Amino acid sequence: MGSYFLNVLRRDLTLAARRRSDWLTALFFFIMVSSLFPLGIGPEPELLQRIGPGVLWVAATLASLLSLSRLCDGDHRDGSLEQMVLSPAPTVLLVLGKAMAHWLVYGIPLLLMAPVLGIQFNLPWDAIAVLVFSLALGTPILSILGAAGAALTLGLRGGGVLLTLLILPLYTPALIFGAGAVDGVMAGTGAEANLSLLGAFLLVSFLVAPWIASASMRVSLE
Amino acid sequence: MNFYHYASPSTFYGLAGRAIPWAAWMAGVLAVLGLYVSFFVAPTDFQQGEAYRIIFIHVPAAWMGMLIYLAMALWGAVGLAFNARLPFIMMRALAPTGAILTFVALWTGAVWGKPMWGAWWVWDARLTSTLILLFLYIGTLALWSSIDDVKRSDRAGALLTLIGVVNVPIILFSVVWWNTLHQGSTVGVSHAPKMAATMLQGLLLMTAAAWLYTIAATLVRVRRIILERERKTGWVRELLGKET
Amino acid sequence: MEWASWSEFWNMGGRGFFVWSAFGVTAACVLIEIVWLRRAAGQSRRRLLRMQLWDLSPEGGEK
Repeated sequence: MGSYFLNVLRRDLTLAARRRSDWLTALFFFIMVSSLFPLGIGPEPELLQRIGPGVLWVAATLASLLSLSRLCDGDHRDGSLEQMVLSPAPTVLLVLGKAMAHWLVYGIPLLLMAPVLGIQFNLPWDAIAVLVFSLALGTPILSILGAAGAALTLGLRGGGVLLTLLILPLYTPALIFGAGAVDGVMAGTGAEANLSLLGAFLLVSFLVAPWIASASMRVSLE
Repeated sequence: MNFYHYASPSTFYGLAGRAIPWAAWMAGVLAVLGLYVSFFVAPTDFQQGEAYRIIFIHVPAAWMGMLIYLAMALWGAVGLAFNARLPFIMMRALAPTGAILTFVALWTGAVWGKPMWGAWWVWDARLTSTLILLFLYIGTLALWSSIDDVKRSDRAGALLTLIGVVNVPIILFSVVWWNTLHQGSTVGVSHAPKMAATMLQGLLLMTAAAWLYTIAATLVRVRRIILERERKTGWVRELLGKET
Repeated sequence: MEWASWSEFWNMGGRGFFVWSAFGVTAACVLIEIVWLRRAAGQSRRRLLRMQLWDLSPEGGEK
């Protein structure tokens, strides 16, 4: 069973490695969107510090969402997804493998880029640390919720936008807790509360979303 | 009354047809009574003056918005578990009314907010989570309309509603948390003025009216969907044949 | 609750605009939904009748 998961993971990572432009695009999207805000709002350091956590969290969310439809699209179009779902191996592992691959390819670069952007927004170092940690908790949530959304919208016209529409309301608590954690550190009230809630949300997502995603896969492929 | 007897669309069609006028009339009567209490029995509030009367539509609409979403999730789960036709039809029929009532809750909340806090929109915990609930409704409706295959459409919507329903308490809690941290307004729209008995009466009457209205509207939709989906069966052809 | 006069009732202690727009939009939504339900039912009915009239198979049968 574990090897099936690893096989799915390895396969998706190999496929992603062959199209490096995809994850670079998502990363640059993150950078560009974050940079738009100071341009639009003004460069005063205190203001940027105030909006920084929220802006970076939103930008990371959007950058991650962009890449979600690619989770299953390629496999669906050439029929290999259907073969994998029909195989006796549990579909849940397929979903988890794909979500993990998505996080490794699209989530981790965001975590690595976040400190640089945090400096752009004049955030203090402890805030940046909490930012990266909160994103490290939040991006897996987005990957697994996104997997459920991708499974639901498999092969639909307008799938990418619809996927975003479906996932964003569900993801809002993560945004609130994540940005709130960073705000808390900067305000001196501490980040533990928000981070523990974010962690709890992560656990709940992993309890519910994989099963819904695998059921959705089967429904979409019938 | 055998429960499974009404699980068949043809028998449920008849039952719904008998229930609709009853529910609709009751809703009307209760609404009239409720409005009477809202305007002519409930006294002026000490702090908020007359504007608080909006509570008599805001709260029932908000409650129904949430309740309907829960009902949708329940019917979706039943449909998935028993692989039956009717539960999915119920789920789809509930959605538009739920979305409309959620919108009403948002609108009345905002309009109440202006005299209360001087702003048309405040990121009050309840309003914000109601807004997200509206997004969930719209997402589900969008998903249904973009899938042509009925079976896939039903099931996908049911699964989405189930994941949404798990999220609703989390969303509510997170927004309350966020709101208390960002103490902008100290009074919540949900904190009704201390409930005089008459106010409570009015609220209960309007809530009951909203509930029965929802039942009536939903059953009307259910009947239409049943006819559309079962159009190739003998009983529908006979029914339609009588119309010509 | 005693209203001194009708004009005071409409005025709602200065908050007339808010109270009445709230109730008004609600009433409008309810009306719109009812109209929408009737129209949808009627259109659906007519479409089904048309389909039945043009259906050339001897008996319907389920899908």
